[in-house]
Amino acid sequence: MNHFFKTTLCAALVLCLPLTAQAHRAWLLPSATVLSSDDAWVSIDAAVSNDIFHADHAPMRADGVVITAPDGKTLEVKNANTGKFRSTFDVQLPQKGTYKIAMVSGGLMARWETETGERKMWPGRGEKANPADFDKVVPKKAKNLEVSQSSRRMETFVTSGSPTDTVLKPTKQGLELVPVTHPNDLFAGEAATFQFQMDGKPVAGVKVTVIPGGMRYRNEQAAIEVETDKKGNIVITWPQAGMYWLSASYRDDKAKKPATSRSGSYAATFEVLPE
Amino acid sequence: MRSRLLFSSLCAAMTLVPVASVVASDLVVSVELPVLEVAEYHEPYVALWIENEKGESVNLAVWYQLEERGQKSDKGEEWLKDMRQWWRRIGRDTDMPVDGVSGATRAPGKHTVTFTEGKAPLGKLKSGNYVLMVEAAREVGGRELVKVPFTWPAKTAAEQNAKGSKELGEVKLTVTP
Repeated sequence: MNHFFKTTLCAALVLCLPLTAQAHRAWLLPSATVLSSDDAWVSIDAAVSNDIFHADHAPMRADGVVITAPDGKTLEVKNANTGKFRSTFDVQLPQKGTYKIAMVSGGLMARWETETGERKMWPGRGEKANPADFDKVVPKKAKNLEVSQSSRRMETFVTSGSPTDTVLKPTKQGLELVPVTHPNDLFAGEAATFQFQMDGKPVAGVKVTVIPGGMRYRNEQAAIEVETDKKGNIVITWPQAGMYWLSASYRDDKAKKPATSRSGSYAATFEVLPE
Repeated sequence: MRSRLLFSSLCAAMTLVPVASVVASDLVVSVELPVLEVAEYHEPYVALWIENEKGESVNLAVWYQLEERGQKSDKGEEWLKDMRQWWRRIGRDTDMPVDGVSGATRAPGKHTVTFTEGKAPLGKLKSGNYVLMVEAAREVGGRELVKVPFTWPAKTAAEQNAKGSKELGEVKLTVTP
């Protein structure tokens, strides 16, 4: 290859790289996770940024937040606000027990090429999918047709008084973490076991990354990378106290028709207390 | 004359017959809260409890804020969780206040509390190895946990002690047989 050709090839490759070389991380950050007051409240930050847990990039819209109380009922957020770098909302905790604060989304997606080679996707970029449209819009047969089922879940847990486990039961949809160790009983130096399930079944091969907060004050990510074993379990021994962000992703082709592949992404925030 | 004779006979009889001890065993705990030279001092929250080798615990005393503006209030419960190990092992499953266990916060100095076997809150203790745990958490201050191991029952009166470094001074435990 002559020099000119090499340079042109390099330039072409650089232009093909996605503009955001790094996907930003979306996270929830509760003001506390262990509470002893009879009139307990927590405040939650929701943001998108690279540095965990520094809100220095963009807010996450918290419209779809679902709060599940210890008795299984759904509660409303209070005092919701979206600012420049984060959204905040308050959660009142009238019952004793463990609450789950979650944002869940997902659905069917399709990609294909028309006979003229035009690339099509459903739902369209920036559009919300209406499942009823699937049969109308997506052809049954097309070149490079890919139909995938995607799921996204982001959550955190808080406990007032004695921990309970009603909200820890899996919903059996998408990729989710099923705690074996209670998520509000985490202490530095102790090992916690979590199981990952996809659509209600434990799965091996889920890639999990765990990152402690305070990223701005050190020189490396300090990420713990693990994969779920045959039972779908990971074990994390927390190196120090603090807030941790956990991120997991999984994909396979064991999808329900008409999807041919399924994928899940999961994120959670855990608080680890000192001994 | 007859009564005096009866009395001395009874005394004689009593010295000849061994009498079972009617005095219950005690745990006498002395907790020293240090005098601290700080700009803003608040009396610490303190919890005393004992644990056996299996990690089962008995709640003995909890000194915390019981009032707000001169009235009885639950407001002080907000910071019970700051006694982290007590909260995890006992507090979060307990409906505070508890008669005979809850008390107001105490000032710097040595405080002695006695727990009698068979009586609340100590109750009956199986023989074995135990640890007395004393945890203190102070507003705009620190938190410290001091452990004093002991064996129950004690054959002779035994004293053990341990010392905290910041939030707790000397913790002395005397187990009387």
